[in-house]
Amino acid sequence: MASIEFVNVTKEFEKKEIIKDLNLRIEDGKFTVLVGPSGCGKTTLLRMIAGIGPQTSGSVLLNGKDISNIAPGKRGVAMVFQNYAIYPTMSVRENIEFGLKNNKVNKIERKKLVESISEAVGLSEYLGRKPSTLSGGQRQRVALARAMVKQPSVFLMDEPLSNLDAKLRAQMRIDLIELHKKLGTTFVYVTHDQVEAMSMADTIVLMNQGLIQQEAPPEEIYHEPNNIFVAQFIGTPPMNIGELGVDGVRFGFRPESVTASTEPVESPFTLQGEVTTREMLGSETLYQIRYKETSFMIKSLIDKFSVNQKIHIGVNSDKLYFFADDGDRIHKDHIHYRDYFEALRGY
Amino acid sequence: MKNNKVWEILRPYVMIGPAMIGIFLFVIYPMIYLLYLSFFKYNLLNSAMSKYIGFSNYIQIFSREDFYKSLLNTVIYTGGVVTLTMLISLLIAVWLSKRTRMNYIVQAGIFTPHIISIVSVSLVWLWMMEPNLGFLNYVLESLGLPPSQWLQSSKTALFSIIIVSVWHGIGYYVLILVAALQGISPNIYEAAALDNTSKFRVFHRITLPLISPQMFFILIIMTIGSFKVFDTVRIMTGGGPNNATNTLVYYIYGFRTTNIGYAAATGVVLMAIIGILTIIYFWLLSRKVHYQ
Ligand SMILES: Nc1ncnc2c1ncn2[C@@H]1O[C@H](COP(=O)(O)OP(=O)(O)OP(=O)(O)O)[C@@H](O)[C@H]1O
Ligand SMILES: [Mg+2]
Repeated sequence: MASIEFVNVTKEFEKKEIIKDLNLRIEDGKFTVLVGPSGCGKTTLLRMIAGIGPQTSGSVLLNGKDISNIAPGKRGVAMVFQNYAIYPTMSVRENIEFGLKNNKVNKIERKKLVESISEAVGLSEYLGRKPSTLSGGQRQRVALARAMVKQPSVFLMDEPLSNLDAKLRAQMRIDLIELHKKLGTTFVYVTHDQVEAMSMADTIVLMNQGLIQQEAPPEEIYHEPNNIFVAQFIGTPPMNIGELGVDGVRFGFRPESVTASTEPVESPFTLQGEVTTREMLGSETLYQIRYKETSFMIKSLIDKFSVNQKIHIGVNSDKLYFFADDGDRIHKDHIHYRDYFEALRGY
Repeated sequence: MKNNKVWEILRPYVMIGPAMIGIFLFVIYPMIYLLYLSFFKYNLLNSAMSKYIGFSNYIQIFSREDFYKSLLNTVIYTGGVVTLTMLISLLIAVWLSKRTRMNYIVQAGIFTPHIISIVSVSLVWLWMMEPNLGFLNYVLESLGLPPSQWLQSSKTALFSIIIVSVWHGIGYYVLILVAALQGISPNIYEAAALDNTSKFRVFHRITLPLISPQMFFILIIMTIGSFKVFDTVRIMTGGGPNNATNTLVYYIYGFRTTNIGYAAATGVVLMAIIGILTIIYFWLLSRKVHYQ
C-alpha cells in the first residue's frame, strides 16, 4: 500500500532538462498508466520512483515521506524493465527467487512463492532453463514473475507486454487487471499502446516532452481532452483538426463521431466532400474525405461509399471541440464559445 | 557436367589448401620432427651418426633430479603469475570500469608495459632489483623496511621474476576485463539494486559469472604462456642462483648444443603437460563458465 507524489521534480541528463518541474500524485492502490510518445520521459519517471535514476531537484514522496535517501531495494518497489534486465547467467528459477534470497525468505516459503507465481505467468515448464534459451515473450514473463514474487507495495512496469503476440497480450492484460484487483497495490504502468492505456487504467497520465498534458480517467481523457495534443494522441485515427479562421482558433471532431450519408444531413457542422481513400477495417470503414484544401478522416459503419464519390458529413454540437491558438481547449463556458460555434456554421 | 561434379567435391579442399599448407609446414611438420628427434641420440656434427634409442631420452627425463627441479619451478612460476595477474587485473579492471576520462588515462598507463619489449623490461627491472644500488631497495629502506636480495638469492629470485612478468602482462588483461565489465548492461545492476542485493553478492552472483568467459580465457592463455617462460629467465638470472629459476623451456635451451634428442623429448613432455592441463581446466571449469 503506497501513494507516490512528485513535488516540483526536475530531471536533467547532461545539462538537458528532460522532466521540467513536475507535480504528480499517484493514488494508493490505483492502476495508473503513463502514456506518451517515445522519449517523453516515462521511463525516467519510473526510475525516479525506483531510486535508480534520482531526480536532479525536487522530491519524490512515498506515503508522504521523502525517499531520496532510501536504497532502491528497501523501498518496497518492484520494477519490470523495458528490456527485461533478467540475470543472464541464472536459470529462470534463480532469477525469480534471487530477490527473495536477498531478503532472507526461508526455503519452503520461497519454493511455494516461486511455484505459484510461475504457474500464474505460465512459466512452470521453463524454471530450469537459461534466459538465452527463451523467446522474447517468455523473458518478459520472467521479468514480470521476478517483480510479482516480491509482493511489492508499488509495482512499476515499463511496457511489460510490448513483446507478446496479440493473443497473449490480451490474456496478460486481463491477468494484470485481475492481479491488480487481487493485490490492491499501486500499479504504475508505462505503455505506448492506447488500447492498453484505455482498457487497464484507473487514471491515465499523458505526457509530452517531460510535461504532463492531462491526468484523468480514460473516459475523461477521451471525451474531454485538455488540449490538441491529448485530443490527437488518444484515438485512432486521431481527432480531425481544422482551422476556424477566427483568432487562430482550431476546431476538432473525432472520426468516429461523424454521421455520413449521400443525402444532406441535419447537423450544426456539415460539409460535402469527396472520398479520396477507403480502408475497410471489418465492422467499420475508414474514409478520407477531401474538402477544399484540407482532408478529414471519418469512420463509419457504412461501407458502401466508394472513392471519388461525393458524400455529406455532419457532426453534432456535443462532439465538436475548440482549441485556442496555444492548443488549449476552449470550454463551453468561454465567453466567445458561441461565436466560434457560429463561425463554424459558415465553414 | 562430370567435371562440374568433381569440382564440387574438390572445391572446399582447394579453398582451405593454402592455409593447410601453411599449418602443415609451420605447425604439424615441426611437431612431428620434434617427436622424431626425441627418439634419437642426435649427433650435431654428423647427423648420419645419430642413433635411434627408443624411449631412452624419456626414461632419462623422468629419472633426472634437475628436470623435476625445473618442472617445480615452472609450476610455482605459473601458479604465481596466473593467480597474481588474475587477482590484480580483476581489481584494477573493477576500479577502471567506470567510463571517465581519468580512467582512460590510467588504463593507457597500465597498458604501456605491454608494448615494451620484454627484453628491455627485464633489463630495467634487473637494474632496479640490484641489491645495493637498485631502486627497489632504496624504496624499501626509505619506508623503513628490510631490503631484499631479489634476484641474487635463491629464496627470492623466482618471486622477483614473477613480479616482472605480472607487471609486464597486466595491462593487456586489464583491457580485456574492462571491456567485459563495460559490456554488462547497467540495467542488470539496477535490477539487482531493486532486488536488495548486497555489494558482495552483486559481484559474486552477477559480475563474476558475466565475465567468466573472459576470466577463463585469461586463465588458459596465461597458463600456457607461463609454462613456456623463457626471456625473463634468460636475461635476468640465467636459471640461477643455484637453479632456483631454472624453468622448463630454459632447461631445454640448456641442451641445445649438447643433446638435441634429450631437449626434443623434454619439449614433447612440456607440450603434453600443457595439453593435459588445458583439458583439466575445461573439464573442471566449463560448468562454471557462462557463455550467453
Ligand atoms: N542516461 C541518459 N543519458 C542521457 N539522456 C537520457 C538518458 N536516459 C534517458 N535520456 C533522455 O531522456 C529522454 C526521456 O527518456 P525516457 O527513456 O524516459 O523516454 P520514454 O518516455 O521511456 O521513451 P520510450 O517510450 O521510447 O521508452 C530521452 O530524450 C532520452 O534521450
Ligand atoms: Mg521507456
